[in-house]
Amino acid sequence: MSGGAELFALIVDQDTATGLLLTGVGQVDIRKRANFLIVDDKTSQQQVEEAFKDFTTREDIAVLLINQVIAGMIRHLLDAYTKPVPAILEIPSKDAPYDPSQDSVLQRVCFMFGES
Amino acid sequence: MKARLAGATKGHSLLKKKADALNMRFRQILRKIVETKEEMGRVMKASFFSLAQAKYATGDFKHTVFDSIDQASLKVKASTDNVAGVRLPKFEAQREAGGAADSKIGLIGLGTGGKQIQECRKSFVTAVDLLVELASLQTAFLTLDEAIKTTNRRVNALEHVVKPRLENTIAYIKGELDELEREEFFRLKKVQGNKKKHTEAAEALEAAQRAKGGGAVGNGARENKAANVLAAEQDADIIF
Repeated sequence: MSGGAELFALIVDQDTATGLLLTGVGQVDIRKRANFLIVDDKTSQQQVEEAFKDFTTREDIAVLLINQVIAGMIRHLLDAYTKPVPAILEIPSKDAPYDPSQDSVLQRVCFMFGES
Repeated sequence: MKARLAGATKGHSLLKKKADALNMRFRQILRKIVETKEEMGRVMKASFFSLAQAKYATGDFKHTVFDSIDQASLKVKASTDNVAGVRLPKFEAQREAGGAADSKIGLIGLGTGGKQIQECRKSFVTAVDLLVELASLQTAFLTLDEAIKTTNRRVNALEHVVKPRLENTIAYIKGELDELEREEFFRLKKVQGNKKKHTEAAEALEAAQRAKGGGAVGNGARENKAANVLAAEQDADIIF
């Protein structure tokens, strides 16, 4: 947690992955373990869930970016996830514009605002 | 006990202050999160637009990108921020310039539309920066949420459990002490009253005897009395 730099993790569709990987966030280590999962039509929900669990338990990952559409697929996992690190961010994908009402964190934020 | 109550009160006020400070920070972060999320939506849109442009100019270059991944050049640096004794993780984007991956990506699409790709890359870099900021805010949000809950719980526990209990104990002790004091006072009063009665009775007796006869006769009577008392004691002994 302290000192060393940590990685991003991506669970995104192809276009988002292309854009984000262009910035140099991608990493493939010696064991060919990548820090991103590219989700397309052939990717099953189980694969996504496994990747999510893997990324959230890895120690070198600080931020997990996930497309909102994909986040919708594993919403139950996201809702059950409470740890602060790695932080999970839902980002819009190319085909689906950002919808704040679906974001689990933003929902909580709105709830707090409404409550207080 | 009083010291403990004072300690509890002090602790309570301190914790309350802490909770207030945390709450203030929390509100700030909430507002920021909402703003940043909206901005992120916009920036990502722009980024995707530039990606589309790049694709249009270059053709499909995503496989080249996927293949050229080696070591991450853009990483997240985590540090901690301290708010009223609560550690908030903070992220910062950290760029390792001049890495192998950097140059590799720089060469993508050199033949066709490299300019567009670099533009696209730039816009995604800004997006990533924003995302990192958002991640940091979000983490702070979650951590603070937790911290506020615990602090509030402690404040309430102090206010509604510890303090009344201590106050109760103190009240009980005070009541008991007061009662003891009253008892003591009453006893003293009674003793005084008894003493007074006794002395009055003795004085009255003496006065009566003195009134009966002269000093010598009085003495003789006293001796008589003493002898009587002695005899009575002896009697008691025998009985016993």
